[in-house]
Amino acid sequence: MTESHLAVKMETRGLHFYYGSNHALKNINIVIKERQITALIGPSGCGKSTFLRTLNRLNELIPHTRIEGAVILDGEDIYQPGTDVVSLRQRVGMVFQRPNPFPKSIFENVAFGPKVLGLGTKREIEEKVEQSLKAAALWPEVSDRLHSNALSLTLGQQQRLCIARVLAVQPEVILMDEPCSALDPLATLKIEELMQDLKKNYTIVIVTHNMQQAARTSNWTGFFHLGEVLEYGPTETIFTHPKDPQTENYITGRYG
Amino acid sequence: MPVKEKIIEKIFFLIALSSITILALITFFIFEEGLPLILKIGPKAFLLGERWIPSKGSFGIFPMIASSFWVTFGALLLGIPLGLACTIFLAELIPPSIGILLRPAIQLLAAIPSVIYGFWGLIVLVPLIQNYLGGPGLSILAGSLVLSFMILPTIITISEDSLKSLPPSYKAGALALGATHWQTIWRVLIPAARSGIVASIILGMGRAIGETMAMIMILGNAVKMPTSFLDSARTLTTNIGIEMGYASGDHRQALFATGIVLFFIIMGLNTLAIFLSRRSVH
Repeated sequence: MTESHLAVKMETRGLHFYYGSNHALKNINIVIKERQITALIGPSGCGKSTFLRTLNRLNELIPHTRIEGAVILDGEDIYQPGTDVVSLRQRVGMVFQRPNPFPKSIFENVAFGPKVLGLGTKREIEEKVEQSLKAAALWPEVSDRLHSNALSLTLGQQQRLCIARVLAVQPEVILMDEPCSALDPLATLKIEELMQDLKKNYTIVIVTHNMQQAARTSNWTGFFHLGEVLEYGPTETIFTHPKDPQTENYITGRYG
Repeated sequence: MPVKEKIIEKIFFLIALSSITILALITFFIFEEGLPLILKIGPKAFLLGERWIPSKGSFGIFPMIASSFWVTFGALLLGIPLGLACTIFLAELIPPSIGILLRPAIQLLAAIPSVIYGFWGLIVLVPLIQNYLGGPGLSILAGSLVLSFMILPTIITISEDSLKSLPPSYKAGALALGATHWQTIWRVLIPAARSGIVASIILGMGRAIGETMAMIMILGNAVKMPTSFLDSARTLTTNIGIEMGYASGDHRQALFATGIVLFFIIMGLNTLAIFLSRRSVH
């Protein structure tokens, strides 16, 4: 397998996370390889989304939380004091479970990131918006109505808009938190195709409830259960020869 | 449906109807009392006339309309930045534990009787203005300052509600794109809550235009066209408040007619506020 020789983009070491006294993540050690799709699966409430949000420090928005251990991005611990959280979140972008475009125009949604980060002139931002919408496979559907409200799009289009919005800030890693759970099968398929395109340039981590989606799209899969990672490895291995009986029960649908 | 239920339903319907009936009666009454005078001297002479000399039969209320707007404008000039700063601070910047203490304090501002505001303005602000800025002290500036505090609870409570009712995903989405907290507040949250914030300002404006007691105490009550914020002035409401006690005949009718003008201004503002806050619901 060539996969083991791929560069490491992110890595967690002895990661624990607490909501108050609730021990939500227990000793997570995962390696996320560059330009690969890593899927996180597991039953509801097992800590997948919590884990995802530790990778861009978005969990800090919730009061009374505590973290232990390290999350390494390109060799640096993102939790060490003095880390620039704002630039971290630009490097590690996120697509949410429910499409969450701002109540602004389609153009303004994509231009928001480049504008707040001060990336370029008006002309350069316009180009960036077009590029990002093209990369998110949304351009043909919206090119003639860039200035209409983003909330007038279908949910599937809104989700691709949110992906375009993330691409516009030129991230290195894209976190996706059940990006298709609010979408119909056709819109889901479009997002999955898009992910294969994006994999050429970005490292993607996706949380999903959909076993087929994990099997179809990802290169690596981690199975979360009650805050622990029971099994982690190449997707093919996890789905064909799971070592842990609980993983096998879950992916075959006997438990979940 | 059993008969008993029907009777209960009817009783509640009548009670609900009574509040609308009272509003209709008040409206009818001020129109009945005030309209004849407006028709007698002509709407133009009444609304745009600059002389208010009841003993000589001159009933021009333009200086009072102008004063009402000057005082209100001054109050908004101070009250909007102050109110929005408080709102942002409360909704986004302070730990919830301090917010729990601050919020009731702001709501308490609304519970202070307006005569107390007037009293405070009279003994604190008026001498200060007189000593440091000149003029009579009893002035539009003093009135605007006091009103700007009086409208704070309206502006803060309603705009904080509209900020807090935004989906949390707006904030998370903006932060996840690498926006700073301040950029998130200023470029995403405030614009998204804009209609609620505008409605809060308009309601505050209605409160400012309608305020009477405190204004009688600190505006000086001179009937003249205002030319500076240090001038004394008389607003529409204070005109009614001061003179109703002894007015009769045309004079009395002219005060009711002043009430009609106020009625239209405040109805207009409230309708605008309702319209704007409805639009915010997507």
